[in-house]
Amino acid sequence: MTTHPIRLGADVGGTFTDVVLNTQNTLISTKVLTDHTSPEQSILDGIQMVIKQAGIRFSDIDSIIHGTTLATNALIERRGAKTALVTTEGFRDVIEMRTENRFDQYDLNLQLPKPLVPRQHRFSVAGRIDAKGQELQPLDKRRLEALADELDRNGFDSIAIGFIHSYQNSIHEECARDILTSRLPHVPISISAEVSPQMREFERFNTVCANAYVRPQIEDYLTQLQNRLTICGATCPVLVIHSGGGLISIETAIQFPVRLVESGPAGGAIFAADIAARFGLKNVISYDMGGTTAKICLIENCKPQTARTFEVARTYRFCKGSGMPISIPVIEMIEIGAGGGSIAWVDIMDRIQVGPESAASDPGPACYRQGGSRATITDADLVLGKLDPNHFAGGAMSLNAGMSKRAIARDVGDKLSLPSLEAAFGIVEVVDENMANAARIHAVENGKDISDSVMIAFGGAAPLHAARVCEKLGINQCLIPAGAGVGSAIGFLKAPFSYEAVLSRLVRLSNFDPTTVNDILQNLCETAEGFVQDEIIDRHAKIKREIITFMRYRGQGWEIPVVLPDRALTHHDIDVIRERFRKNYAQFFGRTIDSLNELDIEIVTWSVKVSQNQSKPAIHKLLNHGKTSNASNDEILRPIFDPSSNSIRDSQIVERAILSVGDRVIGPAVIVERETSTVVTSLFDAVCQNDGSLCLIRKEC
Amino acid sequence: MMTKLSDIQNQVIWNRLISVVEEQAMTLLRTAFSTSVREAGDLSAGVFTPDGLMIAQAVTGTPGHVNTMAEAVPHFLAEVPAEKMFAGDCYVTNDPWKGTGHLHDITMVAPSFKNNRLVAFFACTAHVVDIGGRGFSSDGKSIYEEGLLIPIMKFINAGTVNRDLLNIVHNNVRDPDQVIGDFYSLASCNEIGHRRLIDLMGDTCLDTLDHVSTFIFSRSRSATLTRIKTLPKGQWSNTMTVDGYDVPIKLAVTLSIRTDEINVDFSHCDGISNWGINCPLIYSKAYACYALKCVVAPDIPNNAASLEPFTVSSPPNILNAKKPAPVSLRHVMGHMVPDLVFGALAKALPGQIMAEGAAALWNIHISVRPIEGKDGQHSEVLMFNSGGTGARPSLDGLNATAFPSGVHTMPIEATEHTGAIVIWRKELRPNSGGAGTWRGGLGQVIEIAPAQDHEFDFSAMFDRVHHPARGRDGGENGAPGIVQLNDGTPFHPKGWQHVPAGKRLILKAPGGGGFGPPNERSPDARTADQVAGYVTKE
Repeated sequence: MTTHPIRLGADVGGTFTDVVLNTQNTLISTKVLTDHTSPEQSILDGIQMVIKQAGIRFSDIDSIIHGTTLATNALIERRGAKTALVTTEGFRDVIEMRTENRFDQYDLNLQLPKPLVPRQHRFSVAGRIDAKGQELQPLDKRRLEALADELDRNGFDSIAIGFIHSYQNSIHEECARDILTSRLPHVPISISAEVSPQMREFERFNTVCANAYVRPQIEDYLTQLQNRLTICGATCPVLVIHSGGGLISIETAIQFPVRLVESGPAGGAIFAADIAARFGLKNVISYDMGGTTAKICLIENCKPQTARTFEVARTYRFCKGSGMPISIPVIEMIEIGAGGGSIAWVDIMDRIQVGPESAASDPGPACYRQGGSRATITDADLVLGKLDPNHFAGGAMSLNAGMSKRAIARDVGDKLSLPSLEAAFGIVEVVDENMANAARIHAVENGKDISDSVMIAFGGAAPLHAARVCEKLGINQCLIPAGAGVGSAIGFLKAPFSYEAVLSRLVRLSNFDPTTVNDILQNLCETAEGFVQDEIIDRHAKIKREIITFMRYRGQGWEIPVVLPDRALTHHDIDVIRERFRKNYAQFFGRTIDSLNELDIEIVTWSVKVSQNQSKPAIHKLLNHGKTSNASNDEILRPIFDPSSNSIRDSQIVERAILSVGDRVIGPAVIVERETSTVVTSLFDAVCQNDGSLCLIRKEC
Repeated sequence: MMTKLSDIQNQVIWNRLISVVEEQAMTLLRTAFSTSVREAGDLSAGVFTPDGLMIAQAVTGTPGHVNTMAEAVPHFLAEVPAEKMFAGDCYVTNDPWKGTGHLHDITMVAPSFKNNRLVAFFACTAHVVDIGGRGFSSDGKSIYEEGLLIPIMKFINAGTVNRDLLNIVHNNVRDPDQVIGDFYSLASCNEIGHRRLIDLMGDTCLDTLDHVSTFIFSRSRSATLTRIKTLPKGQWSNTMTVDGYDVPIKLAVTLSIRTDEINVDFSHCDGISNWGINCPLIYSKAYACYALKCVVAPDIPNNAASLEPFTVSSPPNILNAKKPAPVSLRHVMGHMVPDLVFGALAKALPGQIMAEGAAALWNIHISVRPIEGKDGQHSEVLMFNSGGTGARPSLDGLNATAFPSGVHTMPIEATEHTGAIVIWRKELRPNSGGAGTWRGGLGQVIEIAPAQDHEFDFSAMFDRVHHPARGRDGGENGAPGIVQLNDGTPFHPKGWQHVPAGKRLILKAPGGGGFGPPNERSPDARTADQVAGYVTKE
């Protein structure tokens, strides 16, 4: 009998399904290929493997936490349900007209992404609420009754309802839902006031359409998963990770499946946040680089940065504006088209460019010899000596450096009269700079100074590039955790129960009525707690609340976050809120605005996040000074290009497995393991930490 | 080998400079008060050499500023001698002929010093909500009626804000807090650019940008010339008639493509209008360059060298309006310039150039107030709306999408919060795209009413009401625009007019022209048009 709960995490990705089992002290993980026709089969296969290894049965598992890219993929590949949108008369084309903008100013052959619901499936109904939430025109109920029959005849599988100003007053949406439900009891109906009660009709309507679009598929899948787990003997609750990085029940996930979009990457950020907590690190930047993209997330006080809206399914070179907006609370990450498979090329100005086109794993980099012939980042890493051609993926695959050299010479070197080595350096330097730049901009946009941060790097390609990226960002420490290959699934195990309720409601400080404001917050708290309270297994777990408003000077269009005290507000709080806003504003934009008259300040959006309290003390202290490793008796050296000295240096090759806590490896060196290799540039050393992580530490520090 | 490695280093610094100016633009977007900046992206930001050559410009922003700002900095250098420049300075002007073409655009330039040495200038431009005078409208008869003109002067002198200037602005504009807020926002934007540049130079151990700018200029110049060499050489002309204010206006262009230059000449355009739709040459040039760059060199970043081979000439006329011509709505003519230039290019590159589109934005400025004796709110509301773009040689035009302008529309939910109006309709306008093998983009229908107990005046700035977008190569014209009251009473497409309580203003924005003969349109595309209701008649 164990007292420690046995938890299982499963991350269904596009290629692999990762399963991680956490028992008393051990972590057992496996990767199986994702079965796209029945993804639940991959989870069951993975579970069979890990429980067999642990010597336990399905019934011994205390909880199963699960994340999936199914919702994201359905949106990207447009494989959702036949969905109808019922909307306000006069606004049938909101999701098609978007922002009336071209996301690329210079492309005359630009094509805008098609709306999720085509025009012939969008139906409008008279009835109008105004900006203050008052009814201007009654809802046309007879039209809705006739519409119900029409929808029935046309065999829609899912319905979205989005009316103008429903975030202010949801009565028309609710009434429309009731009318349609009574006639179409088996068709799921999503309303925008519940899915995403935020101002801005394009974003809100698109979000409710996305919810409706993926709902039948996700419902089938989750129901199927739960049934099959029960048949296998599992008795525990199955929980789902949401895009904000918390847990919700299967029932909630079925109702609001759009909240599952981007839940996989959220797992990676929680993984990094957990490591930050373990070492008590205040400012962290997580850096996850895989085969096609790199993702960067800021983690402050062990909490990943969140946002209220994001874009999925970008159709054009990861270009901002080429996808669709989803307004739900989400862990904010920037994603750039830079991964091991990203393809290098030369533009008309003889500049080396990398990505966003990717050879991914199929056809793969030239060195894989699997049909890919174009030069990729992995090819450049190989030519620079950062990868050992004979021990890639633990020796499962041997890489052909000759193919890499040829591809790099043909695609880059010959065009610029550069030898392959310098061309490879150019490719890697450009991609490292792109990633550093993205991180720099992201930090600055959030009012942070990145050089104070510690980087946490994971994903197959990140440890190869992390040291150089740190050099560029002025970062002195970088942790490479153990188990980085299945980081998201491990992250799931660390996720708290949480729910964030968000509402747009404009309140000016000059007109701040504590009663109204307290009502708004009370309602949000009840909504959020309703989702969390029922689901917490451990009844002793404490609940914590965070109340954040998004504020601006009256007349501006961009809001910055301001934390409110968690108690009933009074008139005295107006000054407190104003001061907090001014302080944050100065941090973001350099100075507050001292107009000749005092400018009014307004609150646009209110958010209450409720989560299970998980604060735990730092268990480990970061070891900065280790003893020089003499673990490897016969030292192996390999010539590797060192970027900061622009030269080839003989570098020590060390097996990660033989390092013990406190060992220090002097750069330049490469620390190799089955999943990846960590490159220690000449400016860094690496110290093995208590939990098996490696910490890259800048030499002078 | 070292020279080659330094090329890689220069390339990396170039990329970083571009992201420095992007961040500069982002700061402006996020701190701006003016709707046209924060929602619609009517702004520009860039970094310059100490002698005033543009090194990099943010892509964020709208093409109207591509070239205007590039030429602004030398005007500042002429007014403020180098020995009077200090760290922490920021200079300002809204002179239409030294900035970006009308008084509403405030341009600010700040020197960037490193170790007491001038290493660069940062410049940025934004459209403010008001500048006094007759407001954002065509009704001024000269620049003097259009508002306050601030000659080049210091807004910040070594870190100290010029309160006298703020006082003058405060007493001359309608919404002083917001306008002054934007002055601060512009100054922050240059300040952020400066800080990032100093970080960049520190990280890369640079004392000057000389080597990097030489690298950027030589690469950009030779890439642009390479592209120009591939074009046919010769001269091609085009004319286009647009609505104007009271009389139709003929626009004319002659394009000369030589081995190392493309010249755009606006001789033969009609003369100056009596109304504020005239366009200073700097703004006409910006849109001419934009059109050419889209076709010739869309992937080459904007800087002094990549813009240099594109030249513009013109005697004084509506596209080269001289002081004191009224120029407030210069965008209406300016937005027509790409279609004008494309018409000439289509003769040089037959079958390769898109049809005409709605071109000028269907922007509307609404001044709403309670009717006499009723309570309510007085407010100014600005909306951006777009018609359809012209069909492309192998693609339909884009429905209700801004072109050539790079702006966004704002959500109607946000617009209704800014003033007492109700927007009853904003949706696609069926049958408005010109028929063709490839159909023109659809326009849109907008219905706006004053809220209960309110009435409003609006400044109309609409074109293509009498002269629709023309199709190309056998494609049909797009539908012309319509401006009327809901009882059918037509409005004038330009100037201030009134909508009483209880009525609705109806705007039907024009569609884009078609490309190629309509009978060659594929049956599938025809069916799809019918099913979606883009076309409801045969």
